[in-house]
Amino acid sequence: MTDAAKPLSKPFDPAHFLRNQLRNIAPLITLIALFLFFSVASPSFMTLDNFANILAQVSLTSIIAVGLTFVILTGEIDLSVAAVANAIGIVMAFFTLQPDYANIQNLPMPGPVAVVLALAACGLLGLVTAFGVTRIGIPSFIMTLAMMQIAAGISAMLVRGQIAYKFPAIIQVLGSGKYFGVRWLIVVAVLVLLIAHLVLTYTRFGRYVYMTGGNRDAAEYSGVNVKFIIGAVLVISAMLSGFSGMLGVAYFGSAQQNQFDTFLLDAIAAVVVGGTSLFGGRGGIGNTIIGLLVLGVLNNGLDHVNIDSFLKILIRGLILLIALIINVYAQKMRDSSAATE
Amino acid sequence: MTPSETADAGSTSPLLELKNVSKSFGGVSALRDVDFALAPGEIHGVVGENGAGKSTMMKIIAGMHHDFQGQMLLEGREVRFRNPHDSLAVGIGMVHQELSVVPDLSVAENVFLGTQPTNGRGVIDWAGMAKAARKQIASLGLDIDPRVRMGSLPVGIQQLVELSRVLFSGARIIILDEPTSALSPPEVDRLFRILRQLRKEGRSLIFISHFLEDVLAISDHVTIFRNGRKVATLDAAATSKDQLISQMIGRGAKELSASESAELTGGGSKPVVLTAQNLNQGSVLKDLTFDARAGEILGIYGFMGCGQIELARCLFGKVPLDSGTVMLQGNLLPLTSTVAAREAGIAYVPENRRMMLFPTEPMYKNISISVLQRIHRLLLKPQAERDIAKRHIADLQIRPANAEMRVGQLSGGNQQKVALAKWLTHKPKVLILSEPTRGIDVGAKEDVIRIVRALRDQGVAVIVLSTEPETILTLADRVVVMKRGRVVKTFEEGHVEKADLLAAA
Repeated sequence: MTDAAKPLSKPFDPAHFLRNQLRNIAPLITLIALFLFFSVASPSFMTLDNFANILAQVSLTSIIAVGLTFVILTGEIDLSVAAVANAIGIVMAFFTLQPDYANIQNLPMPGPVAVVLALAACGLLGLVTAFGVTRIGIPSFIMTLAMMQIAAGISAMLVRGQIAYKFPAIIQVLGSGKYFGVRWLIVVAVLVLLIAHLVLTYTRFGRYVYMTGGNRDAAEYSGVNVKFIIGAVLVISAMLSGFSGMLGVAYFGSAQQNQFDTFLLDAIAAVVVGGTSLFGGRGGIGNTIIGLLVLGVLNNGLDHVNIDSFLKILIRGLILLIALIINVYAQKMRDSSAATE
Repeated sequence: MTPSETADAGSTSPLLELKNVSKSFGGVSALRDVDFALAPGEIHGVVGENGAGKSTMMKIIAGMHHDFQGQMLLEGREVRFRNPHDSLAVGIGMVHQELSVVPDLSVAENVFLGTQPTNGRGVIDWAGMAKAARKQIASLGLDIDPRVRMGSLPVGIQQLVELSRVLFSGARIIILDEPTSALSPPEVDRLFRILRQLRKEGRSLIFISHFLEDVLAISDHVTIFRNGRKVATLDAAATSKDQLISQMIGRGAKELSASESAELTGGGSKPVVLTAQNLNQGSVLKDLTFDARAGEILGIYGFMGCGQIELARCLFGKVPLDSGTVMLQGNLLPLTSTVAAREAGIAYVPENRRMMLFPTEPMYKNISISVLQRIHRLLLKPQAERDIAKRHIADLQIRPANAEMRVGQLSGGNQQKVALAKWLTHKPKVLILSEPTRGIDVGAKEDVIRIVRALRDQGVAVIVLSTEPETILTLADRVVVMKRGRVVKTFEEGHVEKADLLAAA
């Protein structure tokens, strides 16, 4: 019983605490630094209206990023999110009566039916991805790359280069309406984030998601149905992407091809910048919220200061690179501190 | 202790000689004052139990350990290798038990791995390579098309291709680590013919194996290791298997310690819980049949690579069986997934604890993961999880007794107890333990043994798989010995000694 001699609890060690929390602290410091910088650099940044702008701008990304957070927590990746969002927005428009000038051959249905069909479509796409990854055994990186093309193909086939303008009333409200001056879109995004956080933190499913990402073998040897968990997160990701796509077309006021292309990088960046481990098992919705705000403040703030618009792209890339370095570094420090103790 | 009679020291000077070689790892001595001599043109067997020091010595010779005390002489000149590359450069090659071949490349590419011939402008000379490879393989008496994919060949042939790669790189001294463990009897015969041919060509071979018959059949001399020391070097022709075993375990020098013999109680009238019949899996398990009874610890003993690990994986649904049936209390067990196995009442702790622990998660989450579906429908109840964890921490005397502690911070023995605790909240029908006491300190070992016995007394059918005879003899009520994927012997009841197990395997 050599271990009995060890102290039962260790004294608080701030350096040790910082090392373990680097993943969470670094993104928060980044956010505060960016916020302070833009507040000083531009008088138009620090206004209530602008904050509402930032929130609206990140809302669509945030719904996609929530699904992606589930996937990345299991140690997998979903590259099809933006293409699926685009396709589902278009599928919904396809089942909605369009004005004559839109010149789209489609299949008009009552609004609620169009919404249900669109949701069914993204569920189906998610199931196909899940089947490919868990049953056939295609790596998620490749499978979702294929799904990205398939979804892009669906978008192209349905609109054939045209633009749709009409969407079911309920989606129109949620996507572009306001409620006492607050965008419904922000309310929906906050609800999605909240529910996802509760699921990840307080349900058995959430625990399994973390454990599957933390050590897949161990989860399997503990009798967790790892394949089911991975399949489920891929379906969740597709469903949320599709939902975001439906709200997105209403927000933009139109549905067309290649409308969501920037959302893939933004969503992945939000999750990773926030500090969720690319290796799985660490992070969560709290991290994703910080990541979304970092990206939102950065994108919005760069518009408020006088910077070469071409340089902006480079700056975004550099910020992402720094976040990735911190992500990998935090993982290594945690692994080594777990191993040496 | 028998004086070491260095092989024919008078007639030929040794090709390779080790003098007073010692090696320790972090204060733990692995090799102490070892002398070893290898004559030109001899096959030298090396035997000893796990941890006796034989692999440490081979790694020193092959350049994998460079910081050792003592001298190594090659043809009378002192040498010291910094890495395996150095040793290969002077003609020492090694064929590992885990083959280092690339299954997706052709045989020719495997022979020339890392040294592909080029036409002088950096382009690989495929025709020349195939021709040279065919010649090289043919010199071992093998007729294989060098263009076929390595992975499509049987393991025995792959091993010979690897051997030919080592030969082709110009090795004069070849170390073979457990070369026969995965081979069928005709394949062993073919390997031996080839090894004898190499000996005739003047090459020297070091043959490390647990299979004592094989060592005695092929070697000129046999060196025996025990507890990091060389015990003796004997003339193989004048030595019997029993003599080797007694030298390996050092009987006679001291009383048998408690863990080196056991009185088996046998299954008696206890009800059979699990019946495995004609299990086949790849080239690893062959028509394996055994049963396990309630309230009994069944020990499954065999050397490394005998198929135990795969057997345990199959019983827990991690690896699918090719054929065969497993019955649990008379019902056919669907071994399609670990979930199905768990739900049927099978629990498993693998030989490597890391495989079933989440090192960065607190202890209570590690313990509760296997029972979450029983305590929660949808929402987690962290308090219930902590209560369960605290109960196990107290029962199993896990230290420090802090359910919030990250598992990665615990000692090996306590990690093993956490791994066990996962399965104790609801008693499994069958508990499968691979190497339950490997790599943990003495106190924790006793605790684990006590826990396993307590489970048996509560009616659980426990299956302990180990490559260490001591572990089996300490725990088992009945012993099955596995060899090359088959059950070769069953000890039902009565007195059994370590030597009996070693002789059977």
